[in-house]
Amino acid sequence: MKAFTLPRITVWRVIAVVLIAAGTAAAIARFTLGLGATTNLSDEFPWGLWIGFDFLGIGLAAAGFTIVASVHLFHAEKYEPIVRPAILTAFIGYLLVVLVLVIDLGRPEHFWHPLVMWNPHSVMFEITWCVILYTTVLSIEFAPIVLEKFKLHAPIKIIHNLSLPFMIAGVLLSTLHQSSFGSLYLIVPNRLHALWYSPLLPILFFISCIASGVSMVVFETLILSRNRRMLLSTELRANLAKIIAVALAVYLVVRFQDMSARGVLHEMMVVSYQSIAFYAEILIGFVVPLILLMNKRIRESRRGLFVSTVMVLIGFAANRMNTAITGMEIWPVQTYFPSLLEILITLGIAAIGFSAFTLMARYLPIFETEHHDENAVAPSIYDVVTDAQMVSRPD
Amino acid sequence: MINKKAMLIDVTMCVGCNACQEACKTENNLKAGEEKHLSPSAYTALNEYDGVFVRRMCQHCDVPTCVSVCPVGAFTKLAEGPVLYDADKCIGCRYCMQACPFHVPRYEWSSTTPRIQKCKFCAPRLAKGLQPACAEACPTGATKFGNRDDLLREAYSRINAEPDKYVHKIYGSDDVGGTSILYVSSVPFEQLGFDTKLVKAPMPLLTWNALSMVPNVVTVGSVMLAGIWWITNRRTEVQKHEEALKQHTTTQTQEKQ
Repeated sequence: MKAFTLPRITVWRVIAVVLIAAGTAAAIARFTLGLGATTNLSDEFPWGLWIGFDFLGIGLAAAGFTIVASVHLFHAEKYEPIVRPAILTAFIGYLLVVLVLVIDLGRPEHFWHPLVMWNPHSVMFEITWCVILYTTVLSIEFAPIVLEKFKLHAPIKIIHNLSLPFMIAGVLLSTLHQSSFGSLYLIVPNRLHALWYSPLLPILFFISCIASGVSMVVFETLILSRNRRMLLSTELRANLAKIIAVALAVYLVVRFQDMSARGVLHEMMVVSYQSIAFYAEILIGFVVPLILLMNKRIRESRRGLFVSTVMVLIGFAANRMNTAITGMEIWPVQTYFPSLLEILITLGIAAIGFSAFTLMARYLPIFETEHHDENAVAPSIYDVVTDAQMVSRPD
Repeated sequence: MINKKAMLIDVTMCVGCNACQEACKTENNLKAGEEKHLSPSAYTALNEYDGVFVRRMCQHCDVPTCVSVCPVGAFTKLAEGPVLYDADKCIGCRYCMQACPFHVPRYEWSSTTPRIQKCKFCAPRLAKGLQPACAEACPTGATKFGNRDDLLREAYSRINAEPDKYVHKIYGSDDVGGTSILYVSSVPFEQLGFDTKLVKAPMPLLTWNALSMVPNVVTVGSVMLAGIWWITNRRTEVQKHEEALKQHTTTQTQEKQ
């Protein structure tokens, strides 16, 4: 046992504490004064920064289902070491989104209404159900990590036996509502700028979330293995980079093919606030990282991968924010820039997410490889039981 | 069968007296005082375009977007025409405001328990056989209440009688699948703040096309994923088995030797 020591004060910790404190104060103001006094939302612009943040949180959490599907459903077991970071990322992402939604809702005390008041014609209804169900699935996938910490093997065994249907449900729920975030905008062809509106929005949202989700895991792997042995071998990291590149390429083909089919390519030639945002999004988030990742040397270099994944993540954020905000703006009658309080609440919630990830990565068995030797595979959530069974078996 | 009710608004006859808004505010107990734009306390408002007055209000669509997008079904469409809102169900997601093709729903932003506010087509008055307060108050007949079929016929005959005066379109006859509020005008609609590029089919079809695929994704998806799991799992098992068999034979040969 380590002796109890006072936590060290670092720049990041100070920043996190300040952001969380400011965000909490801002959230209290939002609930006591109402949305009108604290946000820049209006009748002309009823959805703003928070909806964009929801898109972002859910999209970055996409690794939760892509990695679980590849490792446990498609049996690509060599990616086992990143299953837990992926599940943790997804779990935190979803909890943050739920938190933001509750703050964004005009009547947060009615948040449970969609459970009993049904409207299957509403995309929002489907999203609410998917988010609730998938968060439940994620907590079940996450539970063994906590249980293992406290050496509770019996419940892990129960979860293990039920894991297949849960994993399938998780993948389906994710597929549905990652795309449904795009479907939300299908009903506003008259409002969303032609550079973003498309009948294929659900498909585009789905493809881009695969690129961003995998990028997020690769990014985390690189950051978290800074001071220790790499979680994934160079070869596996390069393979993940290939998946990102394929997703980016497919996305670009579908997006431009769709734009040309709808005859809106000429919108790219118009110099406007929107077209500049479009170029920034497409170049930074899709074209440049695709070119970079097509190069084997970059896929195999830590720095190259780091730069590429950061670009994918920035471009993904830009794409979602552009769909939620830039594309809905009509200058000068319908414009929006978030208020200071909206920004503070958003930053506070993001800080909670980063702190939660770092804390759990430190205290829970998330990154197990460091305890094992070079050749050993990290125990998975689903394999732990087999170890326990082996121990308890008499032979 | 219930007759679908409607209101025909003839922009050429409106003199901008604001009697409709006043009557509406009295009927709905809203804060008095003239307002130039729709607000939580103005269910209808007159917008002026170079001396031409256009009444804004909820269009009470035949297939309303708000009814379809609301996750908790807080909006209902009555067979007679009115689209009504139930604040007790509303969670405040504001998707209706985002999706309404006519930018109608207004939100009580300053309240800590905000509600959506919009025209109710005087549903309680309609139930009593009365006409909406605004139609009753209109001194020039610019707003006329009646059966939708009759009013469409009347709108056509007005345009036919003076084809040089009127724009050859009844706004709301088929836009987004048809609305309960119909407009005729002498000035092109796009110059009066109307969106003339709206689809003719009901907007909810746009999302329904995607949503109706959900059951297919679930069934086909679960079968496919379970199938892939089974195949890949079997492959690993066979591999393990073969390796064990190979080891077994090698040990046997070693033993023999």
